[in-house]
Amino acid sequence: MRVLMFGALVTVAFTGSLASGTELSLAIELPQLDVAEYHRPYVAIWVEREDQSVASNLGVWYEGNPRKVNENTKFLAELRTWWRRSGRNQTLPIDGVTGATRAAGLHQLKFNGNQPQLATLAAGKYQMVVEAARENGGREVVRIPFDWPAKGAQSLQAKGEHELGTVALNLTP
Amino acid sequence: MTTRTPPRAALVRAAVVRTGWALVAAVPLVAHAHKPFLVPSETVLSARGWITVDAAVSNDLFYFNHQPLRIENNLRIIGPDGGAVEAANLNTGKFRTTFDVNLTASGTYKLAMVNNSLQATYEADNGERKRWRGTAATFAGEVPANAQNLQVSQTQTRIETFVTSGKPNDTALKATGTGLELVPVTHPNDLVAGEPATFRFVLDGKPAAGIKVMVVPGGTRYRNKQSEQHVVSGNDGQVSLTWSDPGMYWLEARVEDDKAMKPAKTRRASYIATLEVLPP
Repeated sequence: MRVLMFGALVTVAFTGSLASGTELSLAIELPQLDVAEYHRPYVAIWVEREDQSVASNLGVWYEGNPRKVNENTKFLAELRTWWRRSGRNQTLPIDGVTGATRAAGLHQLKFNGNQPQLATLAAGKYQMVVEAARENGGREVVRIPFDWPAKGAQSLQAKGEHELGTVALNLTP
Repeated sequence: MTTRTPPRAALVRAAVVRTGWALVAAVPLVAHAHKPFLVPSETVLSARGWITVDAAVSNDLFYFNHQPLRIENNLRIIGPDGGAVEAANLNTGKFRTTFDVNLTASGTYKLAMVNNSLQATYEADNGERKRWRGTAATFAGEVPANAQNLQVSQTQTRIETFVTSGKPNDTALKATGTGLELVPVTHPNDLVAGEPATFRFVLDGKPAAGIKVMVVPGGTRYRNKQSEQHVVSGNDGQVSLTWSDPGMYWLEARVEDDKAMKPAKTRRASYIATLEVLPP
């Protein structure tokens, strides 16, 4: 009996550690756009479950002038998918998630399985979702399906057509 | 394009001249031909602040080319806590009425124009056919006691739209229990093209079966068909609607029965709503 229990404890600990050591890195390209009046896009990044609920918010880039809080949140609803799935239920800003808008270029985010953004992810199928909306511009959603925990090193990619460039997801267990 | 019948306003004026119709209260003409509507500037907001609303009557959705919706003491705006909210800057112009609403709290607001009136037809002493419109309170004083062939009916109309700032809630969406009303199963500010929505109709507070419901997408000027959707509510009062495209939609539900306020014998209850469907 004692031998069996010990075996079970070891199994649980081993499965848990499979995800905790995983490194998830995301590279998001905000395209350089040649438009008369360019405004940095609002961007939301989240992990979505199969039932379309949000498992984890990884980033919301929207804050502009810190003195104009209500003005900043006024356009958050333009991130229509994120707003409906998560944003409208949140109290903003969210520590470690929300931040300023970013310029055109390549932006990296890195998380490991121990961090709060990923630690509570149950095993299953997910989508990494990036939504971008730009003032006097368009809105685009890019999705990358992935499994968690990752069963081996993976390099996944998707490409937007107008508001998002390449979105690359790398998983290193 | 087929010839249009004369605008109802012209027919009404002719009827007034012929039959001495006494219009007591300024009641909007909710006719089969023309559609009344409240159209908000936005329905999903991520900050507190103002919205503006257009209120008009037209054949064409959602264009202001016929009559303003006359709002006189019959506008009911309910806030997320269930309390009354005042409209600001109310103005009636040639083709539309406009007003502003300050959304100072997070949650769902229900904007409604509510009317409850009686109509009667009868023969005066000289045999002249007369029409009357008013309320139960004014009936006795204005309709002769000896009126012949008296027929009295009641009309209940509710014209609504919905706006949410922040997280939606349903406090404002509770039925008042009078007339025909829509109660959400799907929240009316959670409508997305490609996703079906379910609403429940209640009549005097109870689920209403067999209610005929019609839904028309806005933008009628730019297409060659009405593209109406027709559904009938089930025993639970529910209907399921689908929208393939985002946009503003006009919904109308109507029912007629004999549960009228005295002295009316028949009651016609209408429910009209403007619903915004957003892109997926």
